Formats: sequence, structure tokens, C-alpha cells
Amino acid sequence: MSVDFLTPDVANSVLARANPVAKLAAALCITVSLLFSVDWVSASVALACELCLVPLLGVRVGTLARRTWPLVAAAAVAAYSTALLGVKTGPVWVHLGPAVFTEHSVLTGAAIGLRGLAIALPGVFLLFSTDPTDLADGLAQKLRLPSRFVLGALAGMRLVGLLVDEWRTLGLARRARGVGTGHSPVERFRTFLGQAFALLVVAIRRATRLAVAMEARGFGSVVDGRAAPRTWARESSFSRIDAWVVAAGVGIAALAVGAAVVLGTWNVAWG
Amino acid sequence: MSPSGPARVRARGWGWRHAGRKAFAVSGLDLDIAPGERVLLLGASGAGKSTLLHALAGVLGAAEEGEEHGELTVDGVRAPDARGRAGLVLQDPDGQIAMARVGDEVAFGCENLAVPREQIWPRVHRALADVGLELPLDRPTAALSGGQKQRLALAGILAMEPGLVLLDEPTANLDPDGVDEVRAAVRRSLDRTGATLVVVEHRVSVWAELVDRVVVLGEGGGLLADGSPERVLGQADVRRRLATAGVWVPGWHPLTGEEYDDGRAVRAWRPSGGDSPGGVVRPAGGDPSSGVVRADVVRPRLGYRSSAPETASVGAALLSARGLAAGRSPKAPPVVDGIELTLRAGHATSVTGPNGAGKSTLALTLAGLLPAVGGTLEALPPLARGAASSPHRWRSSELVSRIGTVFQEPEHQFLTPRVLDELEFGPRRVAKLAPGETRRIVDGLLQRLRLERLAEANPFTLSGGEKRRLSVATMLATSPSILVLDEPTFGQDALTWAELVRLLAELIDQGTSLLAVTHDEHFTAALSDAVYRVDGGHASRVGAVA
Repeated sequence: MSVDFLTPDVANSVLARANPVAKLAAALCITVSLLFSVDWVSASVALACELCLVPLLGVRVGTLARRTWPLVAAAAVAAYSTALLGVKTGPVWVHLGPAVFTEHSVLTGAAIGLRGLAIALPGVFLLFSTDPTDLADGLAQKLRLPSRFVLGALAGMRLVGLLVDEWRTLGLARRARGVGTGHSPVERFRTFLGQAFALLVVAIRRATRLAVAMEARGFGSVVDGRAAPRTWARESSFSRIDAWVVAAGVGIAALAVGAAVVLGTWNVAWG
Repeated sequence: MSPSGPARVRARGWGWRHAGRKAFAVSGLDLDIAPGERVLLLGASGAGKSTLLHALAGVLGAAEEGEEHGELTVDGVRAPDARGRAGLVLQDPDGQIAMARVGDEVAFGCENLAVPREQIWPRVHRALADVGLELPLDRPTAALSGGQKQRLALAGILAMEPGLVLLDEPTANLDPDGVDEVRAAVRRSLDRTGATLVVVEHRVSVWAELVDRVVVLGEGGGLLADGSPERVLGQADVRRRLATAGVWVPGWHPLTGEEYDDGRAVRAWRPSGGDSPGGVVRPAGGDPSSGVVRADVVRPRLGYRSSAPETASVGAALLSARGLAAGRSPKAPPVVDGIELTLRAGHATSVTGPNGAGKSTLALTLAGLLPAVGGTLEALPPLARGAASSPHRWRSSELVSRIGTVFQEPEHQFLTPRVLDELEFGPRRVAKLAPGETRRIVDGLLQRLRLERLAEANPFTLSGGEKRRLSVATMLATSPSILVLDEPTFGQDALTWAELVRLLAELIDQGTSLLAVTHDEHFTAALSDAVYRVDGGHASRVGAVA
């Protein structure tokens, strides 16, 4: 059974009914504004607001935790290493042998960790509530991105699922030939490289064949030197939900930045 | 506004040479196909059937991709300019689906032709009804079977309302049920639309009843034969030339090279019941006129037994499965369970059953490539020869000299850029034999499998039949006691088929144990001692042929 990235189980939630373009705009709003500053106030305000909105996703908290724990772990690691290696100013809080944590380094670490989560979470919202086909429709119809590019990428994503299967089959097929005898890391790496190259060959052949099949159905053709006109079977449209989604994105960004400025923690990272 | 209704095809002195090739794929072609005609296009491998089909679909490419001679028109318009007049279905079910959901996939072509939205969905529904695929429009395309995917591809072009339907071996990768499904869908949709049909397929019997004209492309260009199926398939000299070109001619058995059915061969493609797709005639017990060549007839007739060294071990049990459960991963539930079978030296076993039933997973488990999910799989002393009793725990060097596995797709197993290196890989790099010994084995295989001329070639550039021969040869290089093959005859022409069957018969007679996953009734009938059918998670022994 091939791995299917293109038809995820999207829960029938409020966010799933929103237009992907609106969700993308809201997520970008929050992410970009948080990127400017490394401070714990803006990060925690944004994160708190985002967590309040999790119920709108229609995903159980357990499911969310199971599928996003690598993000949480990455944020924790980033926070810890910043606290350990950051500039050591302010009173010393913990001193264990060579490891020194000061007030400043710990607060910076916390800010880095929270900021990472607050930036990643809008992306998680988008991913969990969006069908890739709807996103492609939105990008092409609302943002006027070239259909050739958008639909090509969508078809390419389908191939990724097939390639996961191909990788598995290639591993077995090559083992049958006697590849992968060694146990040393160097030999394993060579085996991996060989298999990766074989996958590349398979991928190119598949992509070429798919391109011919799509072209045979009139995709990407040129009429009188211009891209042939195209219609869309599914209309990508905006509704009142989308206004709320964008408003929420702008609101969260404004609240986070505003709170940090008022409390004097706002510092532009590369200012 | 483009014309509608059935399309007319006209070729005058048409030829095409792919860039980078010396020879023309097609040359000097003169052909007229009237609107609504249903044409079966035959010819040897390399006669340019697919090239012609791609040209008619307008996807051969621009001037930099090849050289074109003469003219090829659809309704009087150059084929590349007749956008949307022709629809093409290809061989690989997975290779031609662009969208994630059934409805979107069918709508895709209409969108590209700028059909207004309000017309698209009625067309989608009608096309799906035409091919008998009444599924919810939001069903993921990845969840369909091979036969369903091919019917979906057909619906995708029918929705474009083409005047010319082009099919390039659309059933070559399908199981018998899938072949029936696709053929019925083609028949129903053509009956409604009246569109012109051109289908390429070397298994003539699949389409012989549906078409009203057979056109045979000659290898040197031009036409070898052209006329009604009765006329073309009824001419003794044409039949012989088709058969020697590798076409599956109804009533002609590729193994014996003889006509059967008492010379009433033309009638053979009109069986009273459903005909057997992918084969010639449905097997009918031991009836000598049925065209089914049975193992007890073929194997001794080939005369290899006498030349084979006396192997005392023929019949000895090599590998035994007791209550075996097989699955793709130890965590997932098994796809087949409760398997009881024994593989013996000098015996052949076939595993049949519908696509997706778990036949391949079972074969990979028996081959020691996947761990058993439950039950036991034991290599008995004549096979284990001192190695562990579980094949999955063998080192690669132990595996290749005991069990060889030939995968469905030869390219998955190619490791080097040269045929010679490919053959040397097993003996030299895995089994670590002396250079002299390796040389002897490789020379023997090159000769036996007629690969000498190709020793320096890149495996990826070989033809389909050559790739198949090479993939079998690479496994034979380390002389495994058991040879496992997954659909070895899929998509092969009759010549390669016969060659493969002869080679495998020879191996069995020399004491190799054979396990083949196959839908091919003729293959099973010609070789197998035991047949197991896998369906619904279980395997049952359905018969012994010899």
C-alpha cells in the first residue's frame, strides 16, 4: 500500500473549511512578526493564543502531541543549549562543574524555545487542516501562481508516496543480489548511497512517464506562443470564516508585538 | 471550435527517428483509419507501435526530440496540433495518475482543455459510468486496484470526449480480473461514443474480439498485413511471421511453435465462454486440443533431463513453512496466514491469486528477504548446509548461494553500469569465488542466455526481454538451490516467454527448486508441480499438474 500524502485525514473542523490561502496569510503574519525579535513575552503571548485556538483544529490533544513531539523536543534542545552556551550575564542561578546557567542565559534560552514553538505551530495548523489539492487550487486561482508549477508540484507530491514504496522494494531487491553484507558504518553508508542513486534513477523515469501522461491530457500546452487557457473544476472561494482566520492571524501578531513593546522586552534580533 | 465525433487518421510516408538513435522507429508508413474503426496494432518489439501511438497522441515532442518525415494527421490536422482530439492510456497503472482524488483525476483533462466548470462535472459522472467505476468522487486514487486505476485513466480521457482513443498495452500489468474489467470498460464506452480506437497489445486474444481491423507494422517500415482479424490472423504466412516476431498469435503455442486446434486456429480466439486474457485459450484439463501445454509434456520433451548430472537430491525437501504468517512489517497484521508448504529440489511451485492478495509478500518471506511474522519457516539441512535454519538470518553470502529472487521489475536489481559486471557481482563480490571460477560462470551464462553481444552494454539500455534474461542470469550466477520469481512473464512477448520457460524447465531438471508468483496460466501449466492460490489471507493448494 503506498503512502498517501495527498489525501490526509483532515478533520471536519472550522479551520478545514477555511480557504488555504487565508490560513497561509494568517500563519505568515504570525511567523514573520515573531521572527523579528527574540524575547520571551512576544513568544509566550503568541504561543498562548495559538494554544487557545487548538480546539478549532478538531484534533484530539493526544493526537496533536503524538504528531508534534519532535517539534517540542527540538524546541527544548534549542532552549537548553542556548541557556548552556549563551552569554553569561546577570546572577548565576546554577553552577554545576563546567556548566553555568545565569539569569540572562536561562531567559534567552526560554525565549528561543517558546519562539520556536510559536513559529512552528501556525504551520502545524495549516498542515493539519488543509488538503493539498485545496491548497493548490487556492494558490493557482486566488494568488494566480502559474498552474503549470502548482499542479506539477501537486503531481510530484503523489510520486513521493510511490517512492517510499520503491525505496522499500529497492532495499529488498538489492539484498537479494547480496548488497549490504557489511556491518561497518562505511559499508552501510556506501550501501545507502547506492540505493539512493538507484531511487533517483527510478524517480526520474517515473516523473518522465507521468509528464507524458499529463501532456497527453492537454496539460501545460502552448497555444499561439502562450500558455493555453485552463478552467478549474473546483472553485476556490473565500467566505466569512476566512475573514476571521486572517483577523485572528493579524490580531495574534499585533498582541504579541504590542505586549513585548509595552513591557520593554522587544529587541529586534538583527537591528 | 474543434471538430467532435469519431476521428479520422491518415499517414503518408510518415516516419520518426528518436534523437540519438541511428535507425528510424517507424518509416514509410501509409495508413488510413476511418472514423469509428477499431484497430489492433501489432508488430515485433521495436517495430514502432508505441512510437506511432505517442505520435497520434501528440506527445512525441518537438523537432529537437527527433526527426519526422512525411505527414501524420488526425482529422486533417497535424497530430501535435489536434489538441484534445486523441486520448492515450499507458501501460503502468501507477504511472499516469496526476491527482489525489478520483473526481479530480477525471476532471483534469477537461480543465486543461478549458471546458467550462458547469460542463465538467456532468462529463466526469458520465465517463465514470462508462467505465463502470461508480465510486465516490473523493475516493483517494491511491486506494484503487490496478484494474480500477486503468479504468480511471480511461475515464480521464473519455471525459475529454476524444474522437480517437489510443491504448498502449493497457492490460499488460493486470491480473485476469483486471483485464476483463478494462476490456469491458473499453467496449462499453466505445459503443456509446463511437470513437475510433487504436490499441497496441501483443497478447492478441485480449482484443481480437473487440476490434474490426488488425494492422501489422513491419520491422523495416511499412505494413506487414492489414485487414479484418479473420483475414489477417487466418493467413498461414502472416501467422508464422507474427509468431516469429514474438506476437501472441491465438492458436499458436510459443513453446512448441505449433498450431493447435486442428488448424481451425482462427476460431480459437472466439471461445464459447470468456476467453483467458493474457493467454491463448482457457485450460481445459488434459484436452490435447486446448492449446495448454502441460508440465509433464513440456519438461521431458525439452530433453534436458538426460544432459543433467544425476542429482541424488531431486525431491528432497529444502524449505518448510508451518503455519507461516507473512506481512510487510512485523508490527502490521499479516497479509497471509497459516501457510503450509514445502519446497523440494527439482520441483516447481506456482502461487496464484488476485493482485494485492499478498502473493508477493509471501514469496519475499519464503525467499528470506522479509522476516516471518508468525509460524515457522525452516531451511532443512540440504538447503541450510550449516547456515542458520531461518533464511532471514543468513548473511548475504549465504543467501545468494541458497535462494535467489528475481523481482518483477528487473531494473530494481541492477547494480552496475555494465552487463558483464552485473553478472560478476554475485560470484566475485558476494560469494568471493576465485577469478577463474567467476570467469567460467559468467562466460557460461552469457552464452546460455544469449547475452554475449551485450556484455559491454549498460543494463538499463536493454530491451524488456533482454532485461528479464539478465535479471534471471544474475541470480543464476551464484547457483542458488531455490529460485523465487515474481511475475516473471508480465508484459513479455511470446519469444521471451518461451525462452524463459525453456530455461526454467532446464533448471528444474537440474534440481533447482522453483517458486513463481504468477497469473500466467500457461506458465503454470508448462512448469509447475504444485499450485497454491492465495486469497482472503490464506493459501490453499489447488492442484498438482504433473
